[in-house]
Amino acid sequence: MIAEAGLAALWFAGALAALQLAMAAIGIARNRDDVSAAVRPVAIVQGLLSALAMILLIWLFLRSDMSVKLVVENSHSAKPWLYKFAGAWGNHEGSMLLWVTILGLAGGAVAIFERTLAERTLTATLGAQAVIALGFYAFLLFSSNPFARLSPAAPDGLGLNPLLQDPGLAFHPPTLYAGYVGLSVAFSFAVGALVTRDVGPAFARAMRPWVLIAWIFLTLGITAGSYWAYYELGWGGWWFWDPVENASLMPWLAATALLHSVTVLATRDGLRAWTVMLAVVAFSMSMIGTFLVRSGILTSVHAFAVDPERGAFILALLAIYIGGALALFAARIGTVRAGTTFDPVSREGGLVANNLLLSVILGIVLIGTLYPIVAASFGVQLSVGPPFFNKAAGPIALLLVAVMAAGPLLRWRRDEGRAVIARMALPIGATVAAAITLMFVWPGVLAWAGLSLAAGLAVASVAPLWKRNLRRTPLFTYGMVIAHLGIAVSLAGMASDSAFTQETLVAVRAGEPARVGPYQVTLDGISPVIGDNWSALEARLSVVRGTQARVLHPQLRFFANPPTSTNESAILTALDGQLYTVLGQPDAQGRWQLRLWWKPFVTLIWFGGVLIALGGMLSLIGRVRRERRTMLRAEWA
Amino acid sequence: MKAKHQRLTLALLALGAVVVAGLLALSALKDQAAFFYAPSDVRRDGIPLGRAVRLGGMVEDGSVKRAADGVTVHFTVTDGAATTPVVFAGIVPNLFREKSGVVAEGRFEPDGRFVASNLLAKHDEKYMPPEMAGKMHETKTLVTDQTS
Repeated sequence: MIAEAGLAALWFAGALAALQLAMAAIGIARNRDDVSAAVRPVAIVQGLLSALAMILLIWLFLRSDMSVKLVVENSHSAKPWLYKFAGAWGNHEGSMLLWVTILGLAGGAVAIFERTLAERTLTATLGAQAVIALGFYAFLLFSSNPFARLSPAAPDGLGLNPLLQDPGLAFHPPTLYAGYVGLSVAFSFAVGALVTRDVGPAFARAMRPWVLIAWIFLTLGITAGSYWAYYELGWGGWWFWDPVENASLMPWLAATALLHSVTVLATRDGLRAWTVMLAVVAFSMSMIGTFLVRSGILTSVHAFAVDPERGAFILALLAIYIGGALALFAARIGTVRAGTTFDPVSREGGLVANNLLLSVILGIVLIGTLYPIVAASFGVQLSVGPPFFNKAAGPIALLLVAVMAAGPLLRWRRDEGRAVIARMALPIGATVAAAITLMFVWPGVLAWAGLSLAAGLAVASVAPLWKRNLRRTPLFTYGMVIAHLGIAVSLAGMASDSAFTQETLVAVRAGEPARVGPYQVTLDGISPVIGDNWSALEARLSVVRGTQARVLHPQLRFFANPPTSTNESAILTALDGQLYTVLGQPDAQGRWQLRLWWKPFVTLIWFGGVLIALGGMLSLIGRVRRERRTMLRAEWA
Repeated sequence: MKAKHQRLTLALLALGAVVVAGLLALSALKDQAAFFYAPSDVRRDGIPLGRAVRLGGMVEDGSVKRAADGVTVHFTVTDGAATTPVVFAGIVPNLFREKSGVVAEGRFEPDGRFVASNLLAKHDEKYMPPEMAGKMHETKTLVTDQTS
């Protein structure tokens, strides 16, 4: 009954989305405020119904209901409960249901909380949100039904891919999706504003918090995914320029650009058309990412099903939504008045440079990601990996860092070049000092530039607080400072990892020591260990650095359902970096392979990511508070 | 500057950015894209020297040998029609085994050996890299081998 209830909830939610669209259309076309007023509650109920469907699916997984096809194919009764719970979205159908649930909840949240946007535009926005939802409900119901029964029921399930059996599965997909799908709100706002010809500062101020929320989730989701891949895959890498990673990076790049251009629109009434365009592009990137990951044209842990029909369905939705939005943009943009002007040397100018550089990086990542797919359709098989992205996007990213250092120190509207350079004296000094110091240890050109610029950016990002009354500085200024500082921290970690990592690969007998970085690692012995649904061979490694001694336990883990094995790395985190150990295979002479890395300051990468998200949160709280205060003041006046 | 002119300038800048991105990407793609080779491609087209490539096929039965240092592995990749010797230093993926699919990333040596920097084995029993599925159809013997 639970599965049928879930399916019914989905059908009802789909019907409500259709109703929501029809009511929004009537409300706007006929100017019927009474009809428009009912759009909000419909959107809320639609969101709740989609959430109900998700909860019911999770329930089915927790109960290990083996009469449901999806549970049989992706779960097993012996799995720990956390992976039954999170396993609900560790498959194609469940992850698409999570996608739709977040879409529905995002629409519902807009309906509940959005009070600053003009009512007509809000109605159009919820209408646009309903259009997106309709397509994806259809996708679920007609080609990816998560509630399909299996008759007769199976005795037990096939189990979940062991690489996914990790607490990361509970956090990474929902967070990333919240960001990914959260961008649909920005898209719907843009469509709504184009429909009602309402592109202006008030619209930008209303849209900004929603963009911020999506961007914060996206940042956290990418950071979590990167750390998960780092410790789970056992390759010592934290970013592989894998197409599925790019699929999450591209919306982030677009959302970051949008976040900055929406500020220009809100504060200075500039970049109107550009901001609307970016909102469309950002969600388009989310949908392209969904297509890449869910259509099965890529192979990775993220791609679950290879079914051409599904790929075609998502591609059709993508074409309709992006094409429709662009057509609307082309038809309406003539009526959007050009915004106010500004000097090239100004805060606006800096933000335009930020947007252009982000767009260039986005373009490069997009081309690099799609190129192999396009080439494959011409019968040429190739892959595009780190050498391409580092070479093409690396220098642009560093240029962007330089602009980012200068941007917040620029005045709005017009600034003096000479005064800017004077304000930049300290950051430039820090960059040069770091650059000269690093000459002595020469880490390679990209890492050298990265570390030097990180030093300069760190100084520049706190500079806006210089000589200010810190207690009267608005919260969103702190947000910007911390987010930019986070980029500097993360960049320093990336550059340090790529430049100073040391690797040792050995085969050792028990008692034989190996060295990596400042550590001496000795294999004490191997012993068997039993877990919930796995067994393992576990190494005991004595790790000595100076006078400090620690023990690490990397494992070779075997899963029965499905029958596979994984290398569970063991990591020792110190203040100045991480020791990363992986246990390999034994050989005939009783030796065990060990792969050891010493990664100086690698943790800064994810610490920086968390700082960036924290900056976003402060900014969000600051903006919402100020917005509420102005609204209250307007009501009192 | 008039608002209209500024908008035109910005539009041109945006267009310029797109063009720059395209040119940068295409020039980098020319020498950084890693082409996919099966052993028969190498025999037919010659050894692709001096660039990163991917080599795919099956690990030949009985070909996997561990060197004396305990960490270097030698094996042969076959697509049914031709074979290529591969050297890899590192921990092989868990799903790496004889008579099973593999994609090796790395470079060719002038003597025809392939030095792999990374090995990708299939993720699970259902999975096969799409490049390989394509290559395998060309050599019938292996397709039947796969399904059995």
